[in-house]
Amino acid sequence: MRFSTITSPHSARPNSVSRTMLLVILALLPGAAAMIWYFGWGVLINMILASVTAVACEALAVRLRNRPVLPVISDFSAVLTALLLAVALPPLLPWWLTVIGVAFAILMVKQIYGGLGYNPFNPAMAAYVLLLVSYPVQMTTWLPPEMLNEHPLTLLQSASVIFTGALPAGLSWDALTMATPLDAMFTQLDQSRMLSEILAQPLWGDFGGRGWEWVGNWYLLGGLFLLYKRVISWHIPVSMLGSLLVIAMLFHFLDQEAYPFGMFHIFTGGTLLGAFFIATDPVSACTTRKGQLVYGACIGLLVFIIRTWGGYPDAVAFAVLLMNMAAPTIDYYTQPRAFGHQGAGRD
Amino acid sequence: MQHSVQKQQKHTLYRFNGGLHLPENKSQSLKLPLEKAVLPKRLIVPLQQHIGEGAEPLVKVGDQVLKGDMLAKPHGYVSAPVHAPSSGTVVAVDILPIAHPSGLPAPCVVIETDGQERWGNQLEPMADYQHADLSLLRERIRNAGVVGLGGAAFPSSVKLTPGLENPIDTLIINGAECEPYITCDDLLMQTQAEKILIGVGIIRRLVGAGRCLFGIEDNKPEAIRRLRQAVAEAGLEWASIIAIPTLYPSGGEKQLIKVLTGREVPSGSIPAKIGMICHNVSTAFAIAEAVVEGRPLISRYVTVTGNGVRQPKNLEVLIGTPVAELIAQAGGYTGQVAKLIVGGPMMGFTLNSDEVPVTKATNCLLAADSNEAPDPGVAIACIRCGRCASACPANLLPQQMYWYARAKDLEKVQEYNLFDCIECGCCSHVCPSHIPLVQYFRFAKTESWAQEKEQRAAERARQRHEAQLARKERLEAERKAKLRQKKEALKKPAVQKPDAAKLDAGTVDAADAGDPKKAAIAAALQRAAEKKARLAEQGVEPKNQADLSEPQKQAIERVDKRRANSDANSVTSEKQGG
Repeated sequence: MRFSTITSPHSARPNSVSRTMLLVILALLPGAAAMIWYFGWGVLINMILASVTAVACEALAVRLRNRPVLPVISDFSAVLTALLLAVALPPLLPWWLTVIGVAFAILMVKQIYGGLGYNPFNPAMAAYVLLLVSYPVQMTTWLPPEMLNEHPLTLLQSASVIFTGALPAGLSWDALTMATPLDAMFTQLDQSRMLSEILAQPLWGDFGGRGWEWVGNWYLLGGLFLLYKRVISWHIPVSMLGSLLVIAMLFHFLDQEAYPFGMFHIFTGGTLLGAFFIATDPVSACTTRKGQLVYGACIGLLVFIIRTWGGYPDAVAFAVLLMNMAAPTIDYYTQPRAFGHQGAGRD
Repeated sequence: MQHSVQKQQKHTLYRFNGGLHLPENKSQSLKLPLEKAVLPKRLIVPLQQHIGEGAEPLVKVGDQVLKGDMLAKPHGYVSAPVHAPSSGTVVAVDILPIAHPSGLPAPCVVIETDGQERWGNQLEPMADYQHADLSLLRERIRNAGVVGLGGAAFPSSVKLTPGLENPIDTLIINGAECEPYITCDDLLMQTQAEKILIGVGIIRRLVGAGRCLFGIEDNKPEAIRRLRQAVAEAGLEWASIIAIPTLYPSGGEKQLIKVLTGREVPSGSIPAKIGMICHNVSTAFAIAEAVVEGRPLISRYVTVTGNGVRQPKNLEVLIGTPVAELIAQAGGYTGQVAKLIVGGPMMGFTLNSDEVPVTKATNCLLAADSNEAPDPGVAIACIRCGRCASACPANLLPQQMYWYARAKDLEKVQEYNLFDCIECGCCSHVCPSHIPLVQYFRFAKTESWAQEKEQRAAERARQRHEAQLARKERLEAERKAKLRQKKEALKKPAVQKPDAAKLDAGTVDAADAGDPKKAAIAAALQRAAEKKARLAEQGVEPKNQADLSEPQKQAIERVDKRRANSDANSVTSEKQGG
């Protein structure tokens, strides 16, 4: 009898990239559902629009590169990028901005470098920054969370705003929108208002903005699921949240009226989404364990610095991109000690 | 018994990085009583079943051999003899397909068995093995053809001669059997605990170790119980039977030492450097058989398992039995058989045919179906998830090594400690992109070896060339000097001639004295022969280069350069002499 030959190991592989991506998408769903609950149908429309655009762009690019399309599409990485960007976008963002963002993420940040695995930057965050820098007004036009929203829009109304820009009769943008808690906080702090005074406003919940903190909770839950499933390791989320918390608490302790308390930073903006879903993107993050601790801690630090003294309200995207650049260097200097060696890896 | 079990478990255990919890799949073949494999019509005995030099055949076609007769004698220090597994007639001494990862055929002796199993009785049982001279014991183990049966098949007598510079304090006995499916060591421990302990006692005497630690994965409770019982009965206070957590690849030599002692064998080195030596349980058994019974290594336990055979089981098999016969005895193939693997699913190699014989190193035949050993799908790009690094028991960074191996940047991949990779397959197993990482590392290793060899050859050629130029120059200078002297001599009166000749002893002597010349030739030839022998002895070394550290490699290079220099010199003098 003749048999085919192949080198070891022969065992069936329990893991695959598409399984990994699907698990991340699954873990993102509770947070995404919470976003839809608190911020209306626009979020769902953005998610669908972004996903369709991402898959189309990916297919186009792969086709142009003369590679088989189906295996690439079915790794679900494009959909994940699209969803991560979509949940970071304002709910009523004009459709063409979503399309531009997603196309940029897939074509310019990912495929132009060689596709999955080769992109030095996190595609979703690069696209977010592109949109934020180019269209700051649209990108900071957020809706109030459900409990503060006096004019909730229906699905059709949301679609109409997104695709035609036409507001429902009798409504103005001013009536419809509201600054994000981060924006509100730092704008007012910049105006030298006291923290206690700011926090007296109805915008705030227990830790962060009302509604927002619940979205954060659901992201946290999804993140814990990823940890449980061992899709991500604890190193990046823990070091990122830890460093952010520590430095924020330190400053808050130094001046309780000028710097928000630590938990505020964790539960507002994109911190929890970033810690579990963005910073842990394996392609653009550090791969060594020690490196991941450094990487996460630096992101946390940068988030605090940019939020507190920077010009943009949220900082996760900038912090992640900056650390993406540093990742290869960090990896180089944090190699583990190989078995039977004296010093660290490079000896 | 329970009491001693608890006492034993106080031994502190350590962890190595990574490792995998794999589906064990051991129960299928774990059946008693152990069957003997049916005597095949033909036994195909490969001459090289071990690391080192192949054995030299002592028989020719037509010879009658008896069971236990030496068929081939060791050639060189790192070598082992092979023996007739049964009585019969030698019908061929030929290059035949064997079970080897390369798939290449190799010299084999084929015996047509006569079914009588008549013993040749060459080796005397050593009843006083506990007091026997150590060198006699080593010679016996060598003559019995015992090699490491854990997989590497390194001649045991060599390993049992650790040398004075490495005093051994701890003997590690490897009964981990961490690969899925394989159960032959488990059954051996269950059925032959006493004899294993005798073998271990002999090994302990030979290496001079104080304590002896048995490492057995805790998924073999019966083997652990039997061995503990045997240790208690024999009153061996130096032996500890230690249950270690089931975690692949805890049976790797360096990993097992780490688990049991917390110490790491330095990179590129051997356990003896830290005062330890590691032997497999089945090697200990074979040593006991060789010493106490005078039985050469002609049979072993083999697991025949997998969804590809009908009745998975363990068999006691004569070396040289064709794989197909064992499959037949395990009920034959099922319809789903897809691959035939020698060894386990993680480190075993595939056979393309079952018409090859079992060798000393064959511990398992895994007839796998397409679920157990699926065809690898298309590999996609690395997403740098780092799971490979988390799983790596050598604490390497496989994703970085892959990157450089792919780019054929051999220097860089070695910088990332390529040669510390034990090819256990953990990284490939966990890779979500299904990249055959181990394959890349094997490639990088062989490329590195080839490159190194090439560099050495080039270096030697350069030195030879330079030496040749220097010799030509010198000869030319000597010729000119001679000419000048002749001219000068012609000018001078004839009486002074002999004096001039004496002054220039070197050239003139060489011209007219025959005997010293011959002596010089003989001396040069002898030197060359010695060098050749030395080189041949060291010729085994490249196979162990995987374990060399950077400073060691540099040392070898330095020595090689020196050797090449003296080589070139000796060649020069030889040619000059002639």
